[in-house]
Amino acid sequence: MSTNDRPPQNRGLTAIAGAMSLIAVLLIVQIWLLSAALESFLSGNRRSALPAAIFSGVMFLICLGLYAFVDRVDSEVRSSSNGR
Amino acid sequence: MNWLRRGSSGGTTSEPLWKEEFSVRTADERYVTRRQLTKFLVLTSLGMFVGNIWILIRSLFYKSPAYPQQPVAQLGEIPVGGVKLFSYPTKDNHCIMIRTGEDEYVSYSQKCTHLSCAVYYSQADNRLECPCHKGFFSIKDGAVLQGPPSRPLPRIVLEARGEQLVAIGVKG
Repeated sequence: MSTNDRPPQNRGLTAIAGAMSLIAVLLIVQIWLLSAALESFLSGNRRSALPAAIFSGVMFLICLGLYAFVDRVDSEVRSSSNGR
Repeated sequence: MNWLRRGSSGGTTSEPLWKEEFSVRTADERYVTRRQLTKFLVLTSLGMFVGNIWILIRSLFYKSPAYPQQPVAQLGEIPVGGVKLFSYPTKDNHCIMIRTGEDEYVSYSQKCTHLSCAVYYSQADNRLECPCHKGFFSIKDGAVLQGPPSRPLPRIVLEARGEQLVAIGVKG
């Protein structure tokens, strides 16, 4: 059974699970970045705030891109399900 | 009321949103739950980003506080290796001053950077020690030598003026 033979919802589930795992990993890195930036700020070192904010922003954009992908897959799955 | 009738494939279906979101089929429900969780994770990611932006804004507009100039001891008041306790910049901020040489004095906040226990000077090991969790700090710069504290002790900047030692600021 090739990938294309699988029901559309199963394919959608796989895609969403993959995207969700990536988002979770990025989120863990973002949490670490936020705690490190806060720790650094409270200890009087203010140089790390800018790079931390830039990296966090990049990660958020990647998460947003992954969500857009999930949304697109979702639309495709629904249209296939309704078309059957 | 478009949100009630979200056409999931660009308007090809007219199933109400609530029917899509609260499906009676287990497979559909699992699918919707995962999609919703993904949305929630992305929103959390936005929250983390906003948090970092907040820290950045605080860093950019940070103004260092103005510290008072306060005489804390007379020169030669304490012997070499001796200790004097005082409060600076307010009476609630306890500090410790150590005379490390004939003309050398160092002073730090007495509050451990781990859980705020009072540190004391160990002359035998020539270091500052926190008795609560065995955090040790260097006498030279207040850096952490051992133990759970992750930050150095804030240093009190001293200046000799005539026969007096005057505290003029806090570093770190």
